[in-house]
Amino acid sequence: MIFNPFDTEKILEKSETISGFDRREFLKIGLTITGVFAGGSIASVVSAAERIFPRGSYFEQYPYKPHYSMVIRVDQCIGCRRCEKGCVTTNAVPDYGWRTKVLEREVPEAIGQKREFIPVLCNQCNNPPCVRACPVRATYKDKTHGIVMMDNKKCIGCKICMVACPYNARYFNEEKHAIDKCDFCFESRLSRGEKNTACSVYCPADVRVFGDLSNPQDRVYQLIHQLQKPVWVLKKETDARPNIFYMKG
Amino acid sequence: MGCTEKSTLLESLKDAGCRVISGGPVYLFFLCAFGVLFFTGVASGVYSLFIAGSRHAYGTYREIPLALLIATYIFFVVASTGLCLVSSIGHVFGNRDFLPIARRSVLLALITIISGFLVIGLEIENPFRMMFYFFASPNFSSNIWWMGALYMLYMIFMAVEFVLLMRESHRIAAFFGFLSVLSGVSAHSNLGGIFAMLSGRDVWYGPFLPVYFILSAMMTGSAFIILFSIVAQKLRGQGMNEDEQKSLALVSKLAMLMIAAVAFLTIWKMITMTTGGETRLITLHETISGSHAFSFWVLEIACGLVIPFFLLLGSGGRKRGLMGVAAGFMIFSIFFMRLDLVVMAQIVPLYWDLGVKEFSQLHTYSPTWKEILVALGGIGFCGMAFLLGEKVFNGFSEIRYASAVENGKAESEP
Repeated sequence: MIFNPFDTEKILEKSETISGFDRREFLKIGLTITGVFAGGSIASVVSAAERIFPRGSYFEQYPYKPHYSMVIRVDQCIGCRRCEKGCVTTNAVPDYGWRTKVLEREVPEAIGQKREFIPVLCNQCNNPPCVRACPVRATYKDKTHGIVMMDNKKCIGCKICMVACPYNARYFNEEKHAIDKCDFCFESRLSRGEKNTACSVYCPADVRVFGDLSNPQDRVYQLIHQLQKPVWVLKKETDARPNIFYMKG
Repeated sequence: MGCTEKSTLLESLKDAGCRVISGGPVYLFFLCAFGVLFFTGVASGVYSLFIAGSRHAYGTYREIPLALLIATYIFFVVASTGLCLVSSIGHVFGNRDFLPIARRSVLLALITIISGFLVIGLEIENPFRMMFYFFASPNFSSNIWWMGALYMLYMIFMAVEFVLLMRESHRIAAFFGFLSVLSGVSAHSNLGGIFAMLSGRDVWYGPFLPVYFILSAMMTGSAFIILFSIVAQKLRGQGMNEDEQKSLALVSKLAMLMIAAVAFLTIWKMITMTTGGETRLITLHETISGSHAFSFWVLEIACGLVIPFFLLLGSGGRKRGLMGVAAGFMIFSIFFMRLDLVVMAQIVPLYWDLGVKEFSQLHTYSPTWKEILVALGGIGFCGMAFLLGEKVFNGFSEIRYASAVENGKAESEP
């Protein structure tokens, strides 16, 4: 085989091959996560001890209480984008920005269903690159519930958090004069006693399951802590340790 | 006593003013031109940030939030660090041959860092908040915070060093020069670290950038010293003395060495990008044969590395015309190196690997005129301050470094 790294056709090809590849990768990652769980830990959800001690040498526990997370059941998404509208209405998101978005992938040669939708949002990472990069602690990981929050009055607008985020989850909000991002509707709903995010409430297909990962009675906990169906996260290689999980079925 | 000092200062200022006014039509033309650029740039930045809003005025957007103005900032601070490093070879580390360029280099280092801060001040959305929260709410894990803090120290040390050099206190100046080098290198490598520690950005991530930034700073510093020394000589209207010529010849050799080092790093950066994932491959493809090929091959490689290397080689360190052209090419090219370094790492969408419709095209960036004017404003300030500095400090013509050396003040010389 001749090594040809500049074969444009090869490197610019997109969904055609990614789909098949992804399916295998998703399955592999899912098995890894659930497999690790069988051994007593969850790949993405770690205590601060993991940063200090080698893997497996600490007692596993969830760092936050409640530990807010979301499971996205991608195969249920019909692409109606009501979640986007719900988010915009609830959080006054301007037309030039977004806190959550439903991405669309088309695979014309697929058997049966030829399109799928992938909702994305801030992954509320346990090891958030944006928080580390911010020079003035305008964005921070809340110590109670683990949501990555914004302190708007501190934001200097350097935009390094936008570049640091592996999920393209941040934008500069002119009205707030600060970076804006998904906060799991903490300001608009959770802090006012609501139990669910707007995107989850608006979703007619039960795609977005929001809840407390540290509570064994919670649906999120139960979806993550099962072995039958693969669960994966996006951009695992960045070691951001996200709290948005994806699964099918 | 105080009165005498005051009158001396006033007289000095008066003299400096007279020298500026009697600088001749060409000098005054360029001074005014740079001044106009500076004020236009500031006006454009203030309008963009506080009236129109950067989203409307600048070409940056969600997917490419860092672009021309960040690149301009990097360009200036790279130059400043390089000037500090190259000048320190003489008056900090005791190589007498580099002494004649020390004062001008230190002043240029100060001017370029202020130019950088000016540009970044007009890029950051809330510069006034920054002045408060930088101190009130520091994040010690942030490279930007460390870079800012260290560059502030660097500026203070450089300013003290410059004053001491002008007052002939070489011993203490050398100490502050050493502190400048330490803080400058730390700050500058932190600037590289800002990008190098972003694990979500494949093209930047890794230890390459902090090292590259330091070496390319030396290259930029050498180019600035060569070009500005030659321009200063033209301004003085006198020939260069032998010591200065010798100094410049050495700086040109250093520049060639640094060109070779940067070329070596560039080659290996390119080779390593052929592995390590799709994002890196696409970026490499766009760089060498895609939309940025002209910028890479012509502006970066030809103008920045190949042509200046051979011009400097041909000059033999004596033909100042060739050396000046080479330095001009280098400075022009380094600007585009910075721009490409910043922009190219952002062109591949973060969700590219998902193969989704929304992110199936590479991102593109074109600067707006308002953005270009702000960048030119930085250049305007740099040019204006240099021209004023040359006249205010009388072209550093009272060269006393020789006596300093004779008196044993550059004591570290073996």
